[in-house]
Amino acid sequence: MNIKLKTLSLALGFVILLGLGLQAQDRPGRQMDYLSNIDSDRSLEDYFSPSTTKKMTPDEQGFIQRWLLLDPINKPNRSNTVFTDSYIREAFATEYFPNQFTVLPEDGDKVTVGEQELEWQALDSKLFNVKLFRFAFEQKKIHYGVIFWAVTVVNSPEEIKDVRMAIGSNSASMWWLNGEEAAILSGDRRMVMDDVISKRLTLKKGKNIIRGAVINGPGMSDFCVRFIDESGEPIKNLTITTE
Amino acid sequence: MKEKIKILGTAALLSIMLTGTALAQVGNPFIHDPSTIMECEGKYYTFGTGRGGLISEDGWTWNGGAVRPGGGAAPDALKIGDRYLIVYGSTGGGLGGGHNGKINTMWNKTLDPNSPDFEYSEPIVVAESVNMEDNDAIDPGLLLDPTDGRLWCSYGTFFGFIRLIELDPETGKRVERNEAIDIAIDCEATALMYRNGWYYLLGTHGTCCDGANSTYNIVVGRSRKVTGPYLDNMGREMLKGGGKMVLAAGGRVTGPGHFGRLVLNDGVEKMSCHYEADLDQGGRSVLGIRPLLWKNDWPVAGDNFKEGTYEIESERRGYALELVVDFVRMAGGMRGFRRDPNEPIVPVPSQTLNDVIDTWPTGNTGVRIGDYMFRPHQKWTITAVPDAGGYPGGPYYKIVIAGTDRALAATAEKEVITVPKYSGTPEQLWRIDQLTDGTYRIMPKEVPGTDEEYVLYSIGDSTPTLAKFDFNTDNSKWNFKDH
Repeated sequence: MNIKLKTLSLALGFVILLGLGLQAQDRPGRQMDYLSNIDSDRSLEDYFSPSTTKKMTPDEQGFIQRWLLLDPINKPNRSNTVFTDSYIREAFATEYFPNQFTVLPEDGDKVTVGEQELEWQALDSKLFNVKLFRFAFEQKKIHYGVIFWAVTVVNSPEEIKDVRMAIGSNSASMWWLNGEEAAILSGDRRMVMDDVISKRLTLKKGKNIIRGAVINGPGMSDFCVRFIDESGEPIKNLTITTE
Repeated sequence: MKEKIKILGTAALLSIMLTGTALAQVGNPFIHDPSTIMECEGKYYTFGTGRGGLISEDGWTWNGGAVRPGGGAAPDALKIGDRYLIVYGSTGGGLGGGHNGKINTMWNKTLDPNSPDFEYSEPIVVAESVNMEDNDAIDPGLLLDPTDGRLWCSYGTFFGFIRLIELDPETGKRVERNEAIDIAIDCEATALMYRNGWYYLLGTHGTCCDGANSTYNIVVGRSRKVTGPYLDNMGREMLKGGGKMVLAAGGRVTGPGHFGRLVLNDGVEKMSCHYEADLDQGGRSVLGIRPLLWKNDWPVAGDNFKEGTYEIESERRGYALELVVDFVRMAGGMRGFRRDPNEPIVPVPSQTLNDVIDTWPTGNTGVRIGDYMFRPHQKWTITAVPDAGGYPGGPYYKIVIAGTDRALAATAEKEVITVPKYSGTPEQLWRIDQLTDGTYRIMPKEVPGTDEEYVLYSIGDSTPTLAKFDFNTDNSKWNFKDH
């Protein structure tokens, strides 16, 4: 190898290392600059479609794909490593908008959080998971350092005891079923199906309201939710609405 | 070739309660040539050379009291239908210099000597060795072939061949016109078993009956047919002395011999044996029970659980059981690429309990499963609890966060938590069984409000609970890592 080749190799190596470093550390400042310079049409279409009144059931594996999502609330965090249990409990106990633990919003409802005016959107995810980053980014909303709120209604034809809510989220999150805390996912988390599982719960006959809050600093953000039975099998005999 | 001399030990020593790294059983587990352990009406039984045998209510504490007439050497036992078939050699195999021997069978409806149904049938001779033929008719082992219901018996010692005969499972008599088949040499105390399309012949090699100096060890060969040929892992026939090691001396016990298989559940198997000498019990011959593992369709003796401080790792995801507390970061983050490579290297101390314990809740606290970072909330000290009873192969243990008295406990809601102070209640006692694949099952002695058995279970990657044991899912399995 001659000197030129060596130099070229070193340079290439440095670029690769830099790239890997950027990827690994997901530096928010640089990436936001980069993203804000992207001049392309952004669209939710690859990830979501507007919810309809058409009957929707969980997918083959029981994942719930119909959700009311609130535009991201600004909650700056340069790192996801701060999301201890105490931190997220405090962050989610904070009232950002009126009746945030009881409201069943309608598509298009608006709330004011500080100086932000945010809108609820009823969406059907085209994937098993709900890509919150895409929900924000494709609509040119703030997408890093945010809190997302999500609500949906699970209609059960009968009371079902000893079910569990199975959740994965990126990053940390908390979840409630009919107003009761069901699960907390702390730490710098990646979304994995069936990561954290609630204690045994009861799905009422009729409407059951699931409410979730996901907090994220830099990087991808998404969640997936399904119900499983005692043997870990998905519960699919449900319909999903937003009202 | 070494001839076998059976020794009948009758003296009793004071009961020694062993904990921790003890390999053998507690109580008065003194026996030689134990038969396969039988469960009868909630108790465990094994018979040995000479009259009688041992009884245990829990499989851990053993005492004398089992009754077997006929004397002689090295019995075996097998439940067929609702009766127990006992087989034994009515002579001593070389005792007095002779090799005349007889194998006998007899039946009993129960093994409980206090039961009104306890009555042995008249023994029936099913095999003999005469004069100086190449066989000692002692040390029988039974197999009821699960594929076709035929009953087989192996017997013999180092003096000549191990032989196989067929018995009638209705009567215990030798099948008419059955000819004995030679299936091995150079071993004794044989046992037969069947699993997963293979027949296994286990034998004991080495020197018997020399206490701490006995080199007795258990070996195995396998065959696709019960009649052999039985080959070891090198393809050597047991008829030419082959045999793959299953168990030899270790810890402070020497001379394991006389294998027996005890299947407790799908995936939960034990092997019984005697150790020629347990140095912690005066060098006497004692009953041993340990996990039976399977590797590439070969039986392997597992290790009894050892007390210590461990990561409890889920087999499901590889995460660690941990206390639900705020993660406390260690000082510093990534050290960066541009450090002076010649700067002095100073070790970074590990996080200690004192660094974090003031941040922990003081009441009942949940457990979850998370990335193992060798932090104090992830280290569990597991200690045997004397006088809490046990199960085949082990005592009950308490499981506490290392350096604290905070104990893992089962709840009436079939969940797991930690309580701030261990109190010894049954929901704080844990049974630990190594499974046939080498992983472990962790099971509370009791779950409040139910008589049903539940085990520690990964219902999610990060969520433990209590659920029914299922060997076919990694949710039921855990590993103990000492690192």
